[in-house]
Amino acid sequence: MRINCPLCGTRDRREFTYYGDAVYADRPADGAPIEAWDDYLHLRDNPAGETRDLWYHEMGCSSWIEVTRNTVTHEISATRLLTDRKAPAKKGKKT
Amino acid sequence: MPSLIAKSACDGLLPLSEGGVTLSEAAPARVTSVAPFAGQEKATDAALKTMGLGWPKPGQSFTKDEAQILWTGRGQAFLISASPAELDGVAALSDQSDGWARIRLEGAGAEAVLARLVPLDLRTAAFPTGSVARTGLNHMMMVLHRAGAETFDIMVFRSMTASAVHELHHAMKALAARAAAL
Repeated sequence: MRINCPLCGTRDRREFTYYGDAVYADRPADGAPIEAWDDYLHLRDNPAGETRDLWYHEMGCSSWIEVTRNTVTHEISATRLLTDRKAPAKKGKKT
Repeated sequence: MPSLIAKSACDGLLPLSEGGVTLSEAAPARVTSVAPFAGQEKATDAALKTMGLGWPKPGQSFTKDEAQILWTGRGQAFLISASPAELDGVAALSDQSDGWARIRLEGAGAEAVLARLVPLDLRTAAFPTGSVARTGLNHMMMVLHRAGAETFDIMVFRSMTASAVHELHHAMKALAARAAAL
């Protein structure tokens, strides 16, 4: 299995460390209701199809990468630096 | 104040030579990590250009006489054998001189030695002279720089020096033995 690091190019899987669902990058705002934290910590979708994960290029450039892959075909369709992602609105943020 | 004995990272370990491939320690040099402050990449590039270098893109390096700058990660490069004074105020600078072992692998079989330890295509077509990669040397993190067609400069954490030398020497011996048996 090979993953395309946006900085280093296509690299062997052994250079990367898996972290978890990309949801982990969207931390709820301070003071968010308990339901938002419950969702963030415990509730995960289990799709048959496209899903997004966080991977760390530990043996390479030390970038965090969002990997879009398909759980049915195992195809990796996209990778991007986590910093290149537009920050989503924080759930439960008080306005 | 007792007088302390300065020892290089590879003291007592190198040089080694097997089957026409040599492994030696690079001359001691000042190594500075350069990380441009937010929005200061162009200013960092301009300051480095006055030194005959530049801000390297991923996988890139610049060399001017003794001085070198190697890309080493996202928003980071290592300035080697040069004073970082010009970069004061535009980039975060930290002295790394004693933190790394700098090892040179040289010879016609250098590529074959690294092929046993590095999960990258290191043929000149894919990894030409001047290229830099952050990758693994077996299980160690390394900065790999191709200084010439048959010359690779390897940087590993200083604490990993003996392991790195052992791994490289093992691969060198295995290749030399194979060549001798043919």
